[in-house]
Amino acid sequence: MTVARRLLGFNLLTGAILGVVGWYVGWFGAHAIHGLSIEYFADTDYNELSVYLAYIGGVVGFLAGLGFLNYPLARLRGYPPSLREKEGAGVGRYFGLCTDHKVVGIQYLWGIGLFFFIGGLNAMLIRTELLRPSHQVFPAGTYLTIVGLHGTMMMGIMSSGILGPFANYLIPIMIGARRMAFPRIEALTFWLLMAAGAILTTSVFFGGFPTGWTGYAPLQTEANAGMDNYILFFALVGISMTLLGLNMIATVLTMRAPGLTWTRLPIFVWGVLSTAVLMVLAAPVLVATLAMGALDRTAQTSFFNAAAGGSSYLYQNLFWVFGHPEVYILALPGFAIVLELLPVFARKPLWGYRLSVAGLLGVSLLSWFVWQHHLFVSGINGDLRPFYMLSTELISIPTGFTFLCGMMTLWRGNIRFTVPMLFCLAWFFNFLIGGLSGVFLSDVPSDVTSHGSFFSMAHFHYTIMGGLIFTFFAAIYYWVPKMTGWELNERLGKIHFWTMFIFFNSTFFPLFIAGFEGQPRRVVTYAHHLQFLNDWVSVSAFCLGISMLIFLFNLVWSLAFAKKPAEANPWSSRSIEFQLPSPVPVHNFDRIPVFSSDPYGYGEGPVPNWVPAGQPAGRE
Amino acid sequence: MRVGVKLLLIAAAVTAAGVLIGFYVSHLTKLAGSPAYSAPVQNAGSGHPVVNLEIQTVAAVGPKLSQNPDWVSYLVKDNGQWKRKTVWDLPAHATINVTIYNFDGASALRNPFYARPQGMVGNRIMVDGQPVDHIDPNDASHTFAVPALGIILAIPGVTDDAKNQCGYAPCQMSNAHRTIKFTFHTTTPGHFRWQCFVPCAAGWIDGFGGPMQTIGYMDGFLNVKAA
Amino acid sequence: MAAEPNAAPARPSDSTNHGMRVVVAWLVLSVIATPLVAIFVGPLFPPGNASAEGQGQVFDNQVMTAFVTPILCLLAVFFAYGLITFHARRNEAILDGPPLRNDSQIQLLWVVITTTMVLFLAGFGTYELLKDGSGGGQGPSPIALPAHHQDAFEVQVIGQQWQFTYRYPSLGGVESNQLILPAHTDVALHVTSLDVIHSFWAVELGVKADANPGVDNVAYVETKNPTTFHVRCAELCGLWHGYMYNNGRVLDPGPWHSWATQAAKLYVAIKPYMDKQEADGGAPYAHSYLPAPDRRAG
Repeated sequence: MTVARRLLGFNLLTGAILGVVGWYVGWFGAHAIHGLSIEYFADTDYNELSVYLAYIGGVVGFLAGLGFLNYPLARLRGYPPSLREKEGAGVGRYFGLCTDHKVVGIQYLWGIGLFFFIGGLNAMLIRTELLRPSHQVFPAGTYLTIVGLHGTMMMGIMSSGILGPFANYLIPIMIGARRMAFPRIEALTFWLLMAAGAILTTSVFFGGFPTGWTGYAPLQTEANAGMDNYILFFALVGISMTLLGLNMIATVLTMRAPGLTWTRLPIFVWGVLSTAVLMVLAAPVLVATLAMGALDRTAQTSFFNAAAGGSSYLYQNLFWVFGHPEVYILALPGFAIVLELLPVFARKPLWGYRLSVAGLLGVSLLSWFVWQHHLFVSGINGDLRPFYMLSTELISIPTGFTFLCGMMTLWRGNIRFTVPMLFCLAWFFNFLIGGLSGVFLSDVPSDVTSHGSFFSMAHFHYTIMGGLIFTFFAAIYYWVPKMTGWELNERLGKIHFWTMFIFFNSTFFPLFIAGFEGQPRRVVTYAHHLQFLNDWVSVSAFCLGISMLIFLFNLVWSLAFAKKPAEANPWSSRSIEFQLPSPVPVHNFDRIPVFSSDPYGYGEGPVPNWVPAGQPAGRE
Repeated sequence: MRVGVKLLLIAAAVTAAGVLIGFYVSHLTKLAGSPAYSAPVQNAGSGHPVVNLEIQTVAAVGPKLSQNPDWVSYLVKDNGQWKRKTVWDLPAHATINVTIYNFDGASALRNPFYARPQGMVGNRIMVDGQPVDHIDPNDASHTFAVPALGIILAIPGVTDDAKNQCGYAPCQMSNAHRTIKFTFHTTTPGHFRWQCFVPCAAGWIDGFGGPMQTIGYMDGFLNVKAA
Repeated sequence: MAAEPNAAPARPSDSTNHGMRVVVAWLVLSVIATPLVAIFVGPLFPPGNASAEGQGQVFDNQVMTAFVTPILCLLAVFFAYGLITFHARRNEAILDGPPLRNDSQIQLLWVVITTTMVLFLAGFGTYELLKDGSGGGQGPSPIALPAHHQDAFEVQVIGQQWQFTYRYPSLGGVESNQLILPAHTDVALHVTSLDVIHSFWAVELGVKADANPGVDNVAYVETKNPTTFHVRCAELCGLWHGYMYNNGRVLDPGPWHSWATQAAKLYVAIKPYMDKQEADGGAPYAHSYLPAPDRRAG
């Protein structure tokens, strides 16, 4: 296709243009309606309706400009089904709608990386403010916006942190398929997430939002217009997550290759499945809750307004019904990656396959029954608290299965300390500390001491950052050579690992102490005697940021300059994706594989666990 | 692609990122803040320092002083001109004489506790020349409170049928207004935040949005500095 | 060839009883470490001795730490031993380990032990909680009531953006911005909010109760010796959340009565307004604020 044809086609440029057009259509349309609305909203000088309709118009325009409406319209006009968007080649297809699941996986990797770094930048700004207890680098209201942006960006974007890049890329390959069940929806989830991230980043231009990532009403209802950006961000993220999970479930249920029974699935697929179920069921609750919040802000409903018959508890409960499965959406893929990688680097089969699966599914199931542990001191019915204490303690049992299976996989193995393995081992250390601090928080008397303090902040940073982010990097170092065909520099990788591990612990461990010393969360000022502790944490956080830059340097250096071609199987893994060339060709397999066992047959002899269709199987 | 071209692209990307980050951070430091006003100090060198602070509270700050013309605000008299600055530099161990001209109407206190002045000299204020130790909570228009110093007072509002009410700020003495005077002492240096407690931000639920939540309108700081 | 897995020859098997070594090392380490932690780290736990509930929380935290120490020791020993012993030799061709996939005895043992531990923790926590409520907010109908709760000294804690004020019904409804409590007394704190969600956290007393609009959240605390304590807001409530703190005091009866008299004197001027109901023209004490258009103050 000529350059002109490509530019005039449906791509990111037309997406951006139509997005801006849609934004203005929404903005001015809403202003026309607003003139008929309740008079004293004029005093706020904000037209919330405009913000909503503008951004919704913008997103619709953006998606239309990318070409998402083309196929439905074509089908309505009678054209036959096709995957035309997969036929492009070259770098351009990464910047638009492409239905090749591998392209979507790589798009996700870069997109999530971008917003991860923006969220990380906000974290650095938070720690800059907390260097001194009473001097204000940022005005107090802006500081709260920065805190909110950090938390919201991380939680919203990293929910798809593993499923987006890695599940999209690998699930079809691991189950022996050529594509996902719904390729266009797959691409849609990515672009929705990007639109959402852009909306959140622009909230500073609308006055920011003062609620932190939890967005509690009624503070949410009285906030400035930047709050609407938060609401739209999470609503779009919720839709994206629901569709992502749906796609995963449909793919794994219906598109497995012959011979791939449930007990032969790689454990990574089981992890993705248990996460996807949570996504599909929890994310819609978030979207509904935020819709109610938006109505309270614009149409003067009173879902969360106690004086008019609503309740602030309604928001808290609805949010945490989503919120608790959400944190397991973040944690479960981490478990799955650790269990997937350990057999490769210990050269032993995954120990306790069925117990691992039970652990993953058990966490997934139990995560629905614990959410009120976020509300222990909120004034919930006293009879409920022992129940939720028990259920929260119980969830540590299936989590323990992952630990047992991982540890026993290592036992008597032949352990190679490659960069991905180092990150997986760090997971044990970090998640142990995070999980054990969770035991403190689940005990109600101890929760009275620590709720709302830096102790709980340290807890969830250890589990989410120490758990998810470390495994995210493990996955990157493990699979990026396969995805791109270039090796990542091992020396730089090890430097990245050690600096990140040391400074991560140096940053977050003292926060347990700060919490015990009485420092609440999200405060712009703190008691003077805590300054040394906060300064230690801030400096460590800056060093942690530098370790991320080392990673970024490694990435750019290895992929753009050093460009050492990666072997097909640099880790000597038995998993199917490493038996394919790097990068994986468009059609994945020449012939669909037929599976005969799981990919963990280390030490069981040179019998393959799959063969291309048409060849005799290695074993019955 | 040649190495030189790649390096150039990366340098451009890093520069662009740096510019965007710089723009973002500098925007944040200016967002919803307030420039400081250094009150002139009498008897600075010798004897006990005294500061005279003149403040007005207005119903609508107007387009010349803000991007949100309908917001209520505090203004301080800086060099003969009324400026929208709510961060005030004051000397430590000083006497601060405060005069507040209120041009705004009443909207009643949510918590009548704030109708009792406390924390200033004599635990009372002068309203239009008369000393009072409380106001009717229904008459409150705004409050001025410095929680860390224990200062609380409620400012009565202009009656609804007053003539010549002020439109946009800055308001003139010829507009209908109430005059409140009181004196308090600063002691140790520090940053002490002050706020208004009347939820008067109409249009937001609980009346606490917008100007009530933004430094530079109904919230600010007293920067008490050692001499 | 795509279907050929990268299988390696197996490493010669090793007959040392690694398992026994790890178990012994772990037992020794735990037996040493747990008392050390209990003795040296135990007394450092918050919130301290200023109240009975605070002491209860300290005890809880100590028990949980003693519980958690052997778990940490197990993993420390396991990984230290395992990562060193089972390290692949450098420059050696990649060898496979033994194909151990399962051991139902170990699985059963693990499930039984972890379940027992969890049930013990839940039981212990429930017992400690129901004894006296542990200083946490229990809502309008508390079930964990301390022994003398009927005679408790009542204080209403009112959270508003951005200050806590306190009402003392026993003093005739005096409201003050200071929390001054009598020593050696059972206190019932009724925490509520006038606008958004706050959280009343009296740090050294070990009391934490969320302030929800329209809700009476009751927390009990038994004060001990006279002391000062910090009050902080523990739930993000807007702009000045970080500045929403003050210091409270626990005073002996004499000094407490002097303070109470002073507070009542200061309060007398607005008492008539505070006692008047909103329906009789008293000040509007609303939880949402939609002023009539003709009463707008901007």
